[in-house]
Amino acid sequence: TFRVTVRDALNQAMDEELERDERVFLLGEEVAQYDGAYKVSRGLWKKYGDKRIIDTPITEMGFAGIAVGAAMAGLRPICEFMTFNFSMQAIDQVINSAAKTYYMSAGQQSVPIVFRGPNGASAGVAAQHSQCFAAWYGHCPGLKVVSPWSAEDAKGLLKSAIRDDNPVVFLENELMYGVPFEMSEESQSKDFTIPIGKAKVERQGNHITLVTHSRYVSHCLDAAAVLAKEGIECEVINLRTIRPLDVESIETSVMKTNHLVTVEGGWPQYGVGAEICARIMEGPAFNYLDAPVTRVTGVDIPMPYAKILEDNSVPQIKDVIFSVKKTLNV
Amino acid sequence: MTYSSFFQNQPVVGGVNGARVVVSRSFADFTPQASFDIKKCDVHRLEEGPPLKAELTREQGLQYYRIMQTVRRMELKADQLYKQKIIRGFCHLYDGQEACAAGIEAAINPSDHLITAYRAHGYTYTRGVSVKEILAELTGRKGGVAKGKGGSMHMYAPRFYGGNGIVGAQVPLGAGIALACQYQGNDQVCVTLYGDGAANQGQLFESFNMAALWKLPCIFICENNQYGMGTSMERASASTDYYKRGDFVPGIRVDGMDVLCVREATKFAADHCRSGKGPIIMELQTYRYHGHSMSDPGVSYRTREEIQEVRSKSDPISMLKERMLSNNMASIEEFKEIDVAIRKEVEDAAQFATSDPEPPLEELCNHIFHNNPPLEVRGTNPWVTLKSVS
Repeated sequence: TFRVTVRDALNQAMDEELERDERVFLLGEEVAQYDGAYKVSRGLWKKYGDKRIIDTPITEMGFAGIAVGAAMAGLRPICEFMTFNFSMQAIDQVINSAAKTYYMSAGQQSVPIVFRGPNGASAGVAAQHSQCFAAWYGHCPGLKVVSPWSAEDAKGLLKSAIRDDNPVVFLENELMYGVPFEMSEESQSKDFTIPIGKAKVERQGNHITLVTHSRYVSHCLDAAAVLAKEGIECEVINLRTIRPLDVESIETSVMKTNHLVTVEGGWPQYGVGAEICARIMEGPAFNYLDAPVTRVTGVDIPMPYAKILEDNSVPQIKDVIFSVKKTLNV
Repeated sequence: MTYSSFFQNQPVVGGVNGARVVVSRSFADFTPQASFDIKKCDVHRLEEGPPLKAELTREQGLQYYRIMQTVRRMELKADQLYKQKIIRGFCHLYDGQEACAAGIEAAINPSDHLITAYRAHGYTYTRGVSVKEILAELTGRKGGVAKGKGGSMHMYAPRFYGGNGIVGAQVPLGAGIALACQYQGNDQVCVTLYGDGAANQGQLFESFNMAALWKLPCIFICENNQYGMGTSMERASASTDYYKRGDFVPGIRVDGMDVLCVREATKFAADHCRSGKGPIIMELQTYRYHGHSMSDPGVSYRTREEIQEVRSKSDPISMLKERMLSNNMASIEEFKEIDVAIRKEVEDAAQFATSDPEPPLEELCNHIFHNNPPLEVRGTNPWVTLKSVS
């Protein structure tokens, strides 16, 4: 096995896809000569040059639109937002120019583009730099929205996203970039991909299902380890993809465990957990629930700065443990 | 003048009561080519502008006339269908501006690229879509160019990227298409159109910056029809010299009512881009006869006199026709024949557009994703699951 950080896995994915298909290119702020604001694109400019790795001015709406236009005209751009907070400046291009075009043109004009970058809370960056966009982008037909957790997720899903002929919003997490993971033998193959739209059961359990994405998979696994000592076995599902949502995997698990807790970093109202609740109610798993679904989410406030406040604005492992016990009524 | 029986390519047209009218003059009688003085273009950051004379052959003249008249009649037919409530929603008509679309297309290659905003029916036609498919898209039928799923503002064709509803959003897209041309090294250019209203959008300046920085082969064209919806350019823009608004991007200001002027300017601009000099801006001074859209009568912010004055003094179709007639390049009968043929084409297209069925409900969820296995789409309630194929 290989021990690889999420950052390096993303780098490998882009490197391999740049090599494989000359239509693929990367653009964004600081992606080239700076090696990437978070060093995710380290070494790529040196290897591929100005044509394939393009530093843009600080003009999101402009360069996101340029990326979409390039995709329409036959290229396969990777458009990096330094964080997804800045994607709000360009969101019209993501939704109205990219996501909807294949439908509006009745299949004549496709848009093979990836929008990627860190999403959600970081550490001490305060309100304007900490928003989670999973729910906003997950709301829109015409987009695929992916949220990897591990290094293997990052590599396999980014490769799939780049090979996908549709607009993909790829939500990374800055706090995960430096985290190393064991990667499988097969993940080292240049054709290794993970399918978009399929969740993964990271841990099997019989008593309760935890559904989560991105960084909070770690929290759930840690909570599960603590709970296991008390005899509570959690099944942890890593969504991997926000849209299309793999409801079936969740339902299969709930029909086994009879209890469900969702865990996410984003705000509760109209969020990923809210959608999961609604979908469970509409499907066969509802009849298997022994308790209402519990959502563990970020606190419904703009992100504060002071460490004690910030720490208490996002789900902690103890919140997951507490919620599991409440849901199980133990 | 004798009526020789040795006519070449003798056109025959059905006249009244089936009487056959034969054009009474052979092509040998007409001037095959003439040179016309065209208005000088104001330039910005350029040593010289487009030439002051334009060559026009008889064939070209008749072709430009045919194109402009077809667009004119198609738009008037759309007006009619809208008032009959057979066309719904937004309908932004192009009549008055025909010289822009016709002149631009005459100067670029079919392999070049073009993108515009929502006043797009004229360009949809010049980029190769039939009147039939355009009108059927407006009436929302399955025979429409976008199968009825796009409507007035979302029509597409190879090398034509719509039809875009969000003011200004098409400009970065156009710069991106130009980037793809440069990247692929194919010597093609992208014509990126916007209006005087969109000219103040921030994303335009972002696009000008990147296009100039990277020397993208992008011809930015401002179709200045003097009004952004109900707001005149003086009330919206601190500077109405739209050809200068690119600052470091060179620009030319062009008489947009003269198809030859537009053609020569576009040729000049395309040469500029193809030679690797980077982007260029063209401001076409033009005019729309209709209001902003079919819900705008167009007379609350401008006078009927103003509209009438443009119609009588600067109509692009009349101007071309008069030029050709006074230079003996074609006959009045020829123009009449063309008009009759176009009327029929538009009438037949309208007939199709009103009788073709609406798209079937089975199509509702298709075309969400490209090259994707079929997926299920939630309907209006949990018991309705619809199928979506690529």
